[in-house]
Amino acid sequence: MNTKWSKAPFAVLIMLSFVITFATANEGLAQQGDKAAPAAAVAKPKQATKGVMFNRLMKRTKSNLPPDQDGIHDPENEGTYMLQPPKEAFQGMPRAITGNRVDWVKMMTDGLISPRADRLDPNAEQEIFEFDVIREVRGSMPDVMFPHDKHTAWLACENCHDDIFIPQVGANQLSMALILTGQKCGVCHGKVAFPVTECRKCHSVKKDTMTKKGAVNK
Amino acid sequence: MSEKNKASRVGGWLLLLVVMVMTIGVVGTGTARAEYADVVINNYSDEQGMRPVVFPHWFHRLRFRCKVCHADLGFKFQAGGNKIKMSNIIEGEFCGACHNGEVAWSAENCDMCHSGKEGTKTMVHGSTVQGLVSPVGIQKFTKDEKSQYEK
Repeated sequence: MNTKWSKAPFAVLIMLSFVITFATANEGLAQQGDKAAPAAAVAKPKQATKGVMFNRLMKRTKSNLPPDQDGIHDPENEGTYMLQPPKEAFQGMPRAITGNRVDWVKMMTDGLISPRADRLDPNAEQEIFEFDVIREVRGSMPDVMFPHDKHTAWLACENCHDDIFIPQVGANQLSMALILTGQKCGVCHGKVAFPVTECRKCHSVKKDTMTKKGAVNK
Repeated sequence: MSEKNKASRVGGWLLLLVVMVMTIGVVGTGTARAEYADVVINNYSDEQGMRPVVFPHWFHRLRFRCKVCHADLGFKFQAGGNKIKMSNIIEGEFCGACHNGEVAWSAENCDMCHSGKEGTKTMVHGSTVQGLVSPVGIQKFTKDEKSQYEK
């Protein structure tokens, strides 16, 4: 009896994780709590993992809201109303389903915007470096093609080299875990550039299955 | 009941309490619907009695390439990592390189930058990490909104 009850806090903990994860997924809190209770009393780890629900589908949030409604600007501040609402600026721009909901690269290649390459000189030219790097990936996903030109259209070499990436093919250890936690590509992708939910934008090169050992697709 | 069992039980309840407090903290941070990549900078603002700064990445990105600030002006790729003070800006560093009344409006317009809600933490809004760790306050699209974005 004693040993059974000494596990009670952990059982409650598991139950709580059920309740929280379901509640955050916009489910009925009370209803899920009732359902989770019997499972928690038994406290089988198998059932507990079922309740772990990351926002792995990355459900879309409302976007491009005017500053006074975006949840971070103070609506009581006069200056808030002097700021341009994003929707106004993004009028007529190519849409995307993530990030700012606009396709930044297309906006520039289509000439819809021409952001300055120099703080003062509007005619300064951006140095573009053209060199595609193909990274072979271990899993079943297509290989990754890293286009230098699309990146140097915005950035300078020293933004990435050598602090984030060693400028040598094969010298950088990458993983989705690193990227998801904001390192390597994740320094920008997932924060300001398109997020990793757009898998195929990077994983875009079909594997050569005839020569590549261990490739999964037929 | 043995002493060991008693101790583990107390420890267990304590752990539960800590987790509950942490959960309330996460859920209580409010709704996440800020524009993607908006950076809130609150290194010193709260303690100085000013509203925290909201930096709209998108607005600047329409006008300048990333390298102008992140290479030429030396802004680090980290929210709050530049430790900017008003003295820096007045001396023409960081934001002050443009917000000087010449390239852009000057630093006298306090409340256009210092426009965040009091107590908002320093962070990049809408980031993947934020979405994974605390998927709270998610607002689902209505049908109308969805069709508007998918046109």
